[in-house]
Amino acid sequence: MEKRTDLWGTLTDPLIRQNPVTLQILGICSALAVTTTLATAVTMSISLTVVLTLAAGFVSVIRRHIPDTIRLIVQIVIVASLVIVIDQILQAYFAEISRALSVYVGLITTNCLVLGRTEAFARHHRPLPAMVDAFGNGLGYSLILIVIGGLRELFGKGELFGIQVLPLADAGGWFTPLSLMLLAPSAFFLLGLLVWAIRSLLREQVEAREHTPPLRTEPAE
Amino acid sequence: MAARNWNPWLRLLALPNESRAKTVLVAFLVSAVCAALVSGATVALRPIQTANRAAEEQARIAALVEGIPGMATLLEQSGGALSTVVINLRNGRAAADVTPATLDAALSDPGNWTALDAGQDLAGLGQRPDYAQVFLLRDGDSVSLVLLPLSGQGYGGRMDAILALRGDMNTIAGIAVTQHSETPGLGARIEETSWQASFPGTELRDDGGEMRFRVARGPASGVHEVDGITGATRTGRGVTQMVRFWLGPDGYGPLLDAIDRGEF
Repeated sequence: MEKRTDLWGTLTDPLIRQNPVTLQILGICSALAVTTTLATAVTMSISLTVVLTLAAGFVSVIRRHIPDTIRLIVQIVIVASLVIVIDQILQAYFAEISRALSVYVGLITTNCLVLGRTEAFARHHRPLPAMVDAFGNGLGYSLILIVIGGLRELFGKGELFGIQVLPLADAGGWFTPLSLMLLAPSAFFLLGLLVWAIRSLLREQVEAREHTPPLRTEPAE
Repeated sequence: MAARNWNPWLRLLALPNESRAKTVLVAFLVSAVCAALVSGATVALRPIQTANRAAEEQARIAALVEGIPGMATLLEQSGGALSTVVINLRNGRAAADVTPATLDAALSDPGNWTALDAGQDLAGLGQRPDYAQVFLLRDGDSVSLVLLPLSGQGYGGRMDAILALRGDMNTIAGIAVTQHSETPGLGARIEETSWQASFPGTELRDDGGEMRFRVARGPASGVHEVDGITGATRTGRGVTQMVRFWLGPDGYGPLLDAIDRGEF
């Protein structure tokens, strides 16, 4: 029973409480780049979760035999190979989405989230907990991507998964698309608002101040 | 316990992690497994990817033709199909001995490529194939539309496009970018229809026959320019040079002249 709750905690912690994107601010490069539509966000989420889980599994299996001196390169080789395989599968079976994701699938390799989990967790744990942790982190990343992707597509185009939800003003409806939502800065705004919202609800995530503002000095008379 | 030492595999695994032999062994094994994984996936999936790319190119040609105003009715009148012709670029005539089916084989022969010297090589290609497959749409006896595949050098690498010209061989009817590796969000916007929408109606040459087509820096001014993309000056220049090369004397120029003379 003890072990079970432990695994459950490992799986659910990264969803909100330890979310890799909003708490640790990891992997935001791709999170911001591929969230213009929900479909690309979901594909990216699935790809990253699969890569992360498998990489954590492999690293964990050979964890006792990875020499410390070359451990990072071994991990990157494993991650990169998995990413190439996923990319090839996407190109073969989901050509349309693969084009929309362009280089960002390849960039999963350098996503700090993947290396972060294999280095920090998978290298020290048995395969099952390692994969559960990786899967949970993948889900946490996916959650943020899907929320941001959904908001951007909804307000940027009035669509969800390419289906018109809000009637556009052009077509006789009332909704005027916010084209800012389709540009990269809006993803920063949304992510910032999301981090703010989560940290207002969960006060323990608020970081200590790095600087104290200087005492205000009265202007000399 | 003693038996274990006779198994070389277990003996290697039992080595301390930091020993040189084990470091090399682990590095080698991980690389070998990963290489096998990647090669296996690539080889197994290549046929599906090739089919996808071919289907995509067909779909783009279809979309290009459909996006040209009045094209749908023209297609119906002409029997609903484009005719495919392999052109010998050396003389601008239909190639006698190369068909679309044998085009790939012909182009794998280096003898069927012409090296370009620096003055000719506007598009940065280095060499030009002597045969190219173009698509013609006939309206009665005259050619009403021609689709020309182009390729050139962009900022990030090679770009391929298909340009549609109207029957006067001077007015662009549309463009489709089939392949490129430009910067996502900047140069890669050449594949967006909103940018491609500024091509139809643009004219290539002025009244004196001088090539004037250009991707502007910023919004287009005049009938010979199309809108530029902010932050993608070199991509725009690549497109300009690509169009100028392929529609010039070393590209499809002889073909366009032949069509003008009514030879097709």
